[in-house]
Amino acid sequence: MTAPVVRAEDLGKLFPDRGGLFSKAETGVQAVDGVSFEIDRGEVLAVVGESGCGKSTLGRLLLRLIEPSSGRVFLDGEEITGLSAARMRRYRQHAQMVFQDPYGSLSPRRTVAQIIAEPLEVFGLVKGQRETREKVAELLTQVGLPTGVMDRKPRQFSGGQRQRICIARAISVDPSFIVADEPVSALDVSIQAQVINLMHDLQRKKRFSFLFIAHDLAVVRHMADRVAVMYLGRIVEIGDKDRIYSAPHHPYTQALLSAAPEAKLKRTNKRIVLQGDVPSPRKIPSGCSFHSRCPIAQDICRVERPPLASVGPGQAAACHFAEAFPIPRTDDPDPVEDAPHRRAVSS
Amino acid sequence: MMSISEPANLPDAPGTTATVLRTILWQPAGLIAVSVVVLFVLIAILAPWLAPHDPLSQSFLSINAQPTADHLLGTDQFGRDVLSRLIYGSRNSLIIGFLSPTLAALIGGTLGVIAGYFGGITDRLVTRVIDMLMAFPELLLAILIAAALGGGFWNVVAVLTVAFTPGFARVARASTMSVKEEPYVEAAIAAGLRTPIIIVRHVVPNIAAPIVVLLTLWTASAIRLEATLSFLGIGTQPPAASWGNIIREGLSNIFATSWPILAAGLAITVVVMAISILGDIMRDILDPEIN
Repeated sequence: MTAPVVRAEDLGKLFPDRGGLFSKAETGVQAVDGVSFEIDRGEVLAVVGESGCGKSTLGRLLLRLIEPSSGRVFLDGEEITGLSAARMRRYRQHAQMVFQDPYGSLSPRRTVAQIIAEPLEVFGLVKGQRETREKVAELLTQVGLPTGVMDRKPRQFSGGQRQRICIARAISVDPSFIVADEPVSALDVSIQAQVINLMHDLQRKKRFSFLFIAHDLAVVRHMADRVAVMYLGRIVEIGDKDRIYSAPHHPYTQALLSAAPEAKLKRTNKRIVLQGDVPSPRKIPSGCSFHSRCPIAQDICRVERPPLASVGPGQAAACHFAEAFPIPRTDDPDPVEDAPHRRAVSS
Repeated sequence: MMSISEPANLPDAPGTTATVLRTILWQPAGLIAVSVVVLFVLIAILAPWLAPHDPLSQSFLSINAQPTADHLLGTDQFGRDVLSRLIYGSRNSLIIGFLSPTLAALIGGTLGVIAGYFGGITDRLVTRVIDMLMAFPELLLAILIAAALGGGFWNVVAVLTVAFTPGFARVARASTMSVKEEPYVEAAIAAGLRTPIIIVRHVVPNIAAPIVVLLTLWTASAIRLEATLSFLGIGTQPPAASWGNIIREGLSNIFATSWPILAAGLAITVVVMAISILGDIMRDILDPEIN
């Protein structure tokens, strides 16, 4: 087996509060805490979780767009945490990013050709005007845009087209690793599927490793090989996609899956409605950070933090009762418990 | 490596500069304002050919003369031709008017962008100096420095540049701080660009609009301030002419002939108004929400 393209070791990020005049701040927001995982060549790892759970921060930590406060990141076997700014820049050829906001992530005063060619020029992969434009045309074709648009400005494009431009920029240097931070959440629903399919096709064709950050579980199911579920900066469950969807072991994963709308007429799973809000990442609960909302929390959960432990082939969950807790199924689904009905009744 | 950064043969629409010019000229106010500015610049450049007399040559035979065919605006208390002095004076006034705000924009803009982009101790240092300079009104600051350095053309340029720099630095800093947080700057970092290139390519073009507007506004102020300084006797030094010192010398002589003051005052008013109108139009055009 080949070495993983990306490896995160005990990665953490604490955004410290502003210190006083004479003292450094002791407190802060623990956005990511002790996250470890690997992504193999050509593998798609999807990271899911609620807003504020640290998934975007995790993506930026892997590319060192944010400096981690602890832990290490390896790219193609080399540790990139601790590289000098100049050497890190060279590594960016192998690790690119697609951002969440296609409206903000394109410089408004530059043309499409200038935007797409930028990474190519940085790494000296094209020489001269003609070659640059040929390469840009080729990339535009790959992302399904007409080559005639290369001299237009971003404002002349729709959100979906802009995201295609962002994708073209990311794949231009043939990276071995791409992070996509909720790449379709800013787009119209009607456009999302097209962009998702485009990324899916490109990923299969070019075989780059892909960290796909999302909160849409249907999209993840379509794209991912493996899924990591994050809660308050930690991975609570990680595993092969099929295992996660068919046999989720962590109560949070189960709640997430049960809350996802499905097109199937017959729901077999009861909706698990979590109580309360996500606790502030400024005051993460002791022990298992999920215990304050967990339907099966016991005394031990308030005291002891469960490690991410294997619960089956290619699957690990961080729960004291991951093995014992059965997957909630009812043969007779109660319509009142179903989300849309509940909402209709209560509002 | 960077030689191929700008595609040269864009078959597309004209560049931003051409678009801006066309938009300005399309509206009557813009057309008039541009014509006025161009006219005065031409007058300043062609002064030796346009001026009917030597602006410095005195003639005690015709002192404080009213307008005649030979002296269209009459003469002053030394018998110098007022029109010629006005034409030559436009050189000092306009050069100072354009040069010092431009220098201030370059220096202040650079300082502001650096402070805004890098933050930290650099930012604090720059900001403190700016705050200190801004504590003085521009005119007071200009008078202070002029009083210390003395008058003269280059001193006036230096004085006004120092007086204007803080304003540009502050606007550039604030704009940079907001642009720096834009996703496209993060995208540029992720793409592997060096910091200086990110600043030049992605930050500066997007903070240019407020700077250009400020530039036009302060060009008008500079012409006005040069006149004020010259009027106070610490600007352009006689016998050299500028619109300001034409007014100053004309004032002591106003009961003999009022033509120098009227003519120079009108010239300043017209040019300052034209440039202010241009500034107004520029603000509308460069607003990215509209264009």
